[in-house]
Amino acid sequence: MPNISVTINGVTRSVREGVTILEACETAGVEIPTLCYHPDLSLAGNCRMCLVEVEGWRTLAISCVTPVTPNMKIRTHSKKVRHARRTVLKLLLAAHNVNCPECERNKNCELQELAEKHNITINEFQTSPKPVSFEEASPGVMRDNSRCILCTRCVRTCEELQSVAVIKPVGRSKEVRISTFLDRGLNEVPCTQCGQCINRCPTGALFETSEIRQVWEAIEDPEKFVVFQTAPAVRVGIAEALGFPTDRSTGKMVAAIRGLGVDRVLDTDFTADLTIIEEGYELIDRLKRALVDGDPESVLPMTTSCSPGWIKFIEHKYPDLLPNVSSCKSPQQMFGALAKTYLAGKESVDPSKVICVSVMPCTAKKFEKERPEMRDSGFKDVDFVLTTRELASMIQEAGIDFANLRDEKYDKWMGDSTGAAVIFGATGGVMEAALRTAYEVVTGQEIPFNGLNITPVRGMEGIREASVTMPEKMARGYEFLAGATLKVAVAHGLVNADKLMDKVRAGEVDYHFIEIMACPGGCLGGGGQPIPTSPEIRQKRADAIYAEDAALHFRKSHANPEVQLLYAEFLHEPLGHRSHELLHTHYRARD
Amino acid sequence: MSEMKVLTADQQPETGAALKRALEMTAADVVFEVRESGMRGRGGAGFPVGIKWNLAGAASGTDKMVICNADEGEPGTFKDRLLIEKYAKQLLEGMTIAGYAIGSSRGIIYLRAEYTYLIPAITEARRELIDRKLMGSYILGGSFNFDVEVRPGAGAYVCGEETSLIESLEGKRGEPRNKPPFPVNSGYLCRPTIVNNVETFVNVPHIILNGSDWYRELGIGDTTGTKLFSVSGDVERSGVYEMQMGSTIGELLELAGAKDVQAVQVGGASGATIAADELDRRLSFEDLPPGGSVIVFNRSRNMMNVLENFLEFFVHESCGQCTPCREGNVRLLDTARAIRDGRITSREELKDFFMLAEIMKLGSKCGLGQTSPNCFVDIVTKFVELPGGKGGM
Repeated sequence: MPNISVTINGVTRSVREGVTILEACETAGVEIPTLCYHPDLSLAGNCRMCLVEVEGWRTLAISCVTPVTPNMKIRTHSKKVRHARRTVLKLLLAAHNVNCPECERNKNCELQELAEKHNITINEFQTSPKPVSFEEASPGVMRDNSRCILCTRCVRTCEELQSVAVIKPVGRSKEVRISTFLDRGLNEVPCTQCGQCINRCPTGALFETSEIRQVWEAIEDPEKFVVFQTAPAVRVGIAEALGFPTDRSTGKMVAAIRGLGVDRVLDTDFTADLTIIEEGYELIDRLKRALVDGDPESVLPMTTSCSPGWIKFIEHKYPDLLPNVSSCKSPQQMFGALAKTYLAGKESVDPSKVICVSVMPCTAKKFEKERPEMRDSGFKDVDFVLTTRELASMIQEAGIDFANLRDEKYDKWMGDSTGAAVIFGATGGVMEAALRTAYEVVTGQEIPFNGLNITPVRGMEGIREASVTMPEKMARGYEFLAGATLKVAVAHGLVNADKLMDKVRAGEVDYHFIEIMACPGGCLGGGGQPIPTSPEIRQKRADAIYAEDAALHFRKSHANPEVQLLYAEFLHEPLGHRSHELLHTHYRARD
Repeated sequence: MSEMKVLTADQQPETGAALKRALEMTAADVVFEVRESGMRGRGGAGFPVGIKWNLAGAASGTDKMVICNADEGEPGTFKDRLLIEKYAKQLLEGMTIAGYAIGSSRGIIYLRAEYTYLIPAITEARRELIDRKLMGSYILGGSFNFDVEVRPGAGAYVCGEETSLIESLEGKRGEPRNKPPFPVNSGYLCRPTIVNNVETFVNVPHIILNGSDWYRELGIGDTTGTKLFSVSGDVERSGVYEMQMGSTIGELLELAGAKDVQAVQVGGASGATIAADELDRRLSFEDLPPGGSVIVFNRSRNMMNVLENFLEFFVHESCGQCTPCREGNVRLLDTARAIRDGRITSREELKDFFMLAEIMKLGSKCGLGQTSPNCFVDIVTKFVELPGGKGGM
């Protein structure tokens, strides 16, 4: 597109034709306040916060939607514009439950920030706050419509990014509210509990179901042996959640959690490595049964199973494809099952006293831990799930000076991590980790990518595909794969998963293995991660993830010393009897 | 300037004569004739019809659509109902000519939910026109095809706004779209679409038969043609009157037999409220925008009750999508009640609310929120005695 000339606040500038007024002003360094606008979503133009004056126009222009035209004269803080913004803000505040100190989003709220910026101190519009309305029994995602400003970011997120579309505007005029089919609870509709709506809500109308109180009570109970596990993506999110720039801060995070007074700080990375081994062997087994034995029960492509939002999605939307899903439990649930069996034995504690707390970048994990089948240890495998945000809140409550903490290491038995496990936190990471291990298992050699960096599966494209051709010389027992080309695909964001599964169902693709993550960017963009989110923010977190991978001594899951010990002493072999008992699961169709 | 019956004349041109004439012209010439006539849309906003057709005709894209907005929902208007009842064939002929003009073979009449009893009249007219080869396939033996279906609305006032109407037709929630893109480029199912009022289409055969020069003579300045007004309220003879554009409101009221006039609401709830000393104002886009509804209030009426009634209507009918309209109408209603009940006692206290009304006009997404404050501003300015004198801002 050629450049055109526009005038912004009296200054003539050259901007790309076709950009919106908002984009043109951003380029020019002129800030325009927005609320319904979000870089991940389609344009709604409903909040009317970004109104600007365009010379010759009868009405004010919505800058997020309106494209610039040649010689357009734009004014962003004229009297009309200033009054319009103040009026819109006051109208929103008048209908908003302005009980900020009690809100999860206090001090991280776009409405609050704009009110402060625009110096809204008195509001002449009579207040008639909407009634507070909490969810009754939603395991991961909660709503309070009294804080909702009807920007519809959540609605667009659910439909455009996740292809779930369970929330919509209902009613009209002052009765309009964001709701579900027949006003049912989020636990009674096909909501995946992914929490992407939370990450994009400008206010506190959406938030996670908090388990902070229960976790403090467990920590404060001397009878309990409290074991924390931390997911890969939390280490690149926790600093951000505490107000620092995005960075990997594994050592500080471990120190901070220890500072809360827990008994053991362990790593979900450990079971991520374990997942790779179990899932890798499962894939090889499926390939052998399909290619050599001609077993019709061996279904390909196999998909990953570590993202609970994805699992709930496929249970609702593609129940016929459930046989494609790996039977491996997610790393969180493998950890829980081992914490109350293997770890309890190693630590000589009564498994009934073990409280397993996960710190996850995820809200769907709160749903996953409640699944009735997740009790293979004889107890509830995982007791509580905290989001990255909840952990940050506990660290703040405990008065821990995060910035000045010294790095500490995880405790033993289930604390070792490899780079392969860390990259679980980014889209494509599970695939990369699986390929690093599976290739070596079947060929006896390292996968031939420079520095083990399998770049074709990295990146932020919604759906990516790659293939790896096996050499002619294979490890003993895997000769059937000699010269074969393994085709893989990666999708993140459920809208992409949806597209891919449509093709799988229609038989249009011939992949062998598919990685799917429910959230855009993978777990690093999970519903439990710091707010706000944007493509740039997710890219920074991904950069931190890959930096952590590169910095670790062990880069391949099968090289994890504690995982090797676990197999030697407890599990004995991948896909063995104990593995099946503790580490594998099944799924069910949902309405 | 005075009453003049063209659309509602007892003697109507022979059905199909205008269509026959149009098909002898090129599509571009038909658009040109309509553009030259200067006719502006009869739905209220007054966009020049020929320009709209020209844009849709020139738009790239297939399966262009001709949509008739028969969602007549403005309080006090019932002239489209009369036209459909009595002149359904002229309506369908006008739509067919529009189809020929922009290159469309498919029309939809979006009919107000309360008007579904009119469907047989439309169906019967369509059947007759198809039998006479004036609609359907191979019209008049040529290669042009055009047919119309009727789709009832669901009772939302906002669906009279053209992009909300299109959303509703697509089976979605009736909410206005962002513009651009405009419907002429991307409307119903992303196809180039024209949306015109019933009365607009009924005008078309007359323009084609009599020519644009004749049509321009009927009006005043840039406001050409005749206009139908639904007159109701405190008048002796309520009903639909057809006037030359540019007639005064006083002339119309005389025909309807209005006495002891206190106020007249012109253009429905979203239109202008004028006082008794403004009856010489002209019904034209240059002066008093000639919406279809004229409601007369005599001196026995409490205008604050009228205002409350209008604002209750808007609070009920706002789609709730954009902030100024959703929240603003509620605040204006609160304020109107506060004035009526004596809780607001000076002009000074109203300043913020006049500002709110101004911002609603400037910042709402569609015509609903942009016009709903009119009644508040007009009635409070002209009919409320408060310390500080008349006038708000």
